[in-house]
Amino acid sequence: MKYVDEYRDPALAKGLAAAIAAEAEAGRTYRFMEFCGGHTHAISRYGVEDMLPANVRMIHGPGCPVCVLPVGRIDDAIRLAARPDVTLCTYADLMRVPASNGASLLKARAAGADIRMVYSTLDALRIARSEPRREVVFFAIGFETTTPPTALAVRQAKAEGCANFSVFCNHVLTPVAMRAILAGEEEGVPPLDGIVGPAHVSTVIGSRPYEFVATEYHKPVVISGFEPLDVMQSILMLVHQLNQNRCEIENQYARAVVPQGNARALEAIAEVFELRDSFEWRGLGAVAKSALRLRDAFAAFDAERRFEIETKAAADNPACECGAILRGAKRPMDCKLFGTLCTPETPMGSCMVSSEGSCAAHYAYGRFRDRARTQKEGVLQ
Amino acid sequence: MNRAKPIRRKLDIKNGRVELSHGSGGRAMAQLINDIFHAAFDNDWLRSNNDQASLDALPGRLVMTTDGYVVSPLFFPGGDIGSLSVHGTINDIAMGGATPKYLSASFIIEEGFPFADLERIAQSMGEASRAAGVPIVTGDTKVVERGKADGVFISTAGVGVLPEEISLSSDKARPGDAVLVSGSMGDHGVAIMSRRENLQFDVEILSDSAPLHGLVADMIAAAGGSLRVMRDPTRGGLAAALNEIALQSDVGFAIEEALIPVKPQVAAACEFLGLDPLYVANEGKLVAICEAQAAETLLAAMRAHPLGKNASMIGHVVEDENNFVEMKTGFGGGRIVDWLSGEQLPRIC
Repeated sequence: MKYVDEYRDPALAKGLAAAIAAEAEAGRTYRFMEFCGGHTHAISRYGVEDMLPANVRMIHGPGCPVCVLPVGRIDDAIRLAARPDVTLCTYADLMRVPASNGASLLKARAAGADIRMVYSTLDALRIARSEPRREVVFFAIGFETTTPPTALAVRQAKAEGCANFSVFCNHVLTPVAMRAILAGEEEGVPPLDGIVGPAHVSTVIGSRPYEFVATEYHKPVVISGFEPLDVMQSILMLVHQLNQNRCEIENQYARAVVPQGNARALEAIAEVFELRDSFEWRGLGAVAKSALRLRDAFAAFDAERRFEIETKAAADNPACECGAILRGAKRPMDCKLFGTLCTPETPMGSCMVSSEGSCAAHYAYGRFRDRARTQKEGVLQ
Repeated sequence: MNRAKPIRRKLDIKNGRVELSHGSGGRAMAQLINDIFHAAFDNDWLRSNNDQASLDALPGRLVMTTDGYVVSPLFFPGGDIGSLSVHGTINDIAMGGATPKYLSASFIIEEGFPFADLERIAQSMGEASRAAGVPIVTGDTKVVERGKADGVFISTAGVGVLPEEISLSSDKARPGDAVLVSGSMGDHGVAIMSRRENLQFDVEILSDSAPLHGLVADMIAAAGGSLRVMRDPTRGGLAAALNEIALQSDVGFAIEEALIPVKPQVAAACEFLGLDPLYVANEGKLVAICEAQAAETLLAAMRAHPLGKNASMIGHVVEDENNFVEMKTGFGGGRIVDWLSGEQLPRIC
């Protein structure tokens, strides 16, 4: 496969693994957070972990939009979908996310709600056009990657005067979340040594918004593509920086990311959205200025205003460790529910729902490593 | 008194559609069955027009299976619901090592379904059953109101015979056994999805829908009692088949991604759709587990058959109390190939 196989070449992977092993200093531990769920997925699916020396450890971050969406917002969506006049359009990942009282969009649909899985915002807009008597609400989630398409759909709906289309906006911001992680590094948890930075997000916002990680927190960031060789090369670049006592924002994903980002996408976002004062993240709690809402000029397309949604906070299962896992403070197997009560078939927490969630990735691809865990821990400590 | 028979009008197959009366047991139904199904399946059992088929006693043990087909779209590159419903049931019988002998077919048709499509499906079934040498000897037709079905649903049942010396079962895999597949994985599922999502690929991907009893007969002739398990990796693909066997035999698997055949165009389509070909359905492939010493002989026999020419040995059975299917990835790392959770869903970013 042109432009795919090149990034999965086992011979190159072997060479990179040898280079990382040679570069990683014995007696030193390297703890890198891959912020994005896409990286978590790639690391698990291709077995990248097996190719790293024991003293280079990957910590799964919060970069899965499904995982960080709080229970209360799913409850809102279910209430919206239960209205007889509403058709709720959503990306497929969201369908199984657990809401309060064991509910989910999938169960709501089985109970009769009109919930439709779409592949793009424009599909939702198309449904609105073709069914003018329905109130079509697009359940918008995601980081900066999925924000421009939502902005374009809202702009298009306004231009067309599409009166039955609205957006339930849950778009969140990567750099703010990254700051929350770094600012909240917990007592007893070894701090991160560097970050494998988001690729798709950075195609929109560029690499500049991460500069604070180097200047304020003195940690390197390497923006990385999602192919396994990308991730391994990024890990090598991080190890290099640390060994050379550098902390810079480097761009491994130069084939798509430029420092200033995508001007047209940023312009569309700025035109349609503004910052919320605060937004609750699953695992991180309320984070100031961390999410977007529609500007007043687009109020008519804002489902929260149109349907007077007032989100009520809803608690996660108290035994669920998703919060600590999303912050990198715990690993999936540290959670009592993991693999017992919480499985991909019966997810208790959001990390088990999305294929990009760290628990789901570990359950689906990595459980066999738990057998050797004790041995590896011995090396780490 | 006028004793002349009423003039029998032919079904307007080109323009007509199935109505509720075609399932009501009256003349309309008799005509539909006669003009479409009997014409397509044509054999002595059907011509007798009874509600059952009277069959001669068969030698050996009887094997019976039944399966429902609800595929959407009904027509896809490389096949349709009709041929699929024949191949699928033949394969279920063949996976037990048995020779399929007879099929039955039950149709649930949605009111308004075009006669032309029904005829096309029936003719495809008839061709598939004749090519396989397994006649459709009895059937049933129901018509449901518009909106109560998705065009047409087909159930087929099959009967086959199993020689005394053959005993294949999913609980018979033992550590050390070899794992073989008969060809490339994922062709059928990708062919269906490419049409369902209205995606246009530069190269058309055809379903692998095919009857496997001929291949199975050659495999049994070559490996006989060394064969332990056969399974057709349909829904859930290779991943589901291996996980089921692991659980039923209380073993694990160690397989290698690089040895699993996947056509480049299928791999590319899966990449595009965010799917893993190991979880995508096949309708003309099988997984076989045999004693290690018989593996090369079995592989040679499979490769000598047109439906097994791309057969490959992909790994072996291991002891594992967790029943994991562990895979060395093509990249060089390791991972589990777990059960599929829900449907394979596209990721959002």
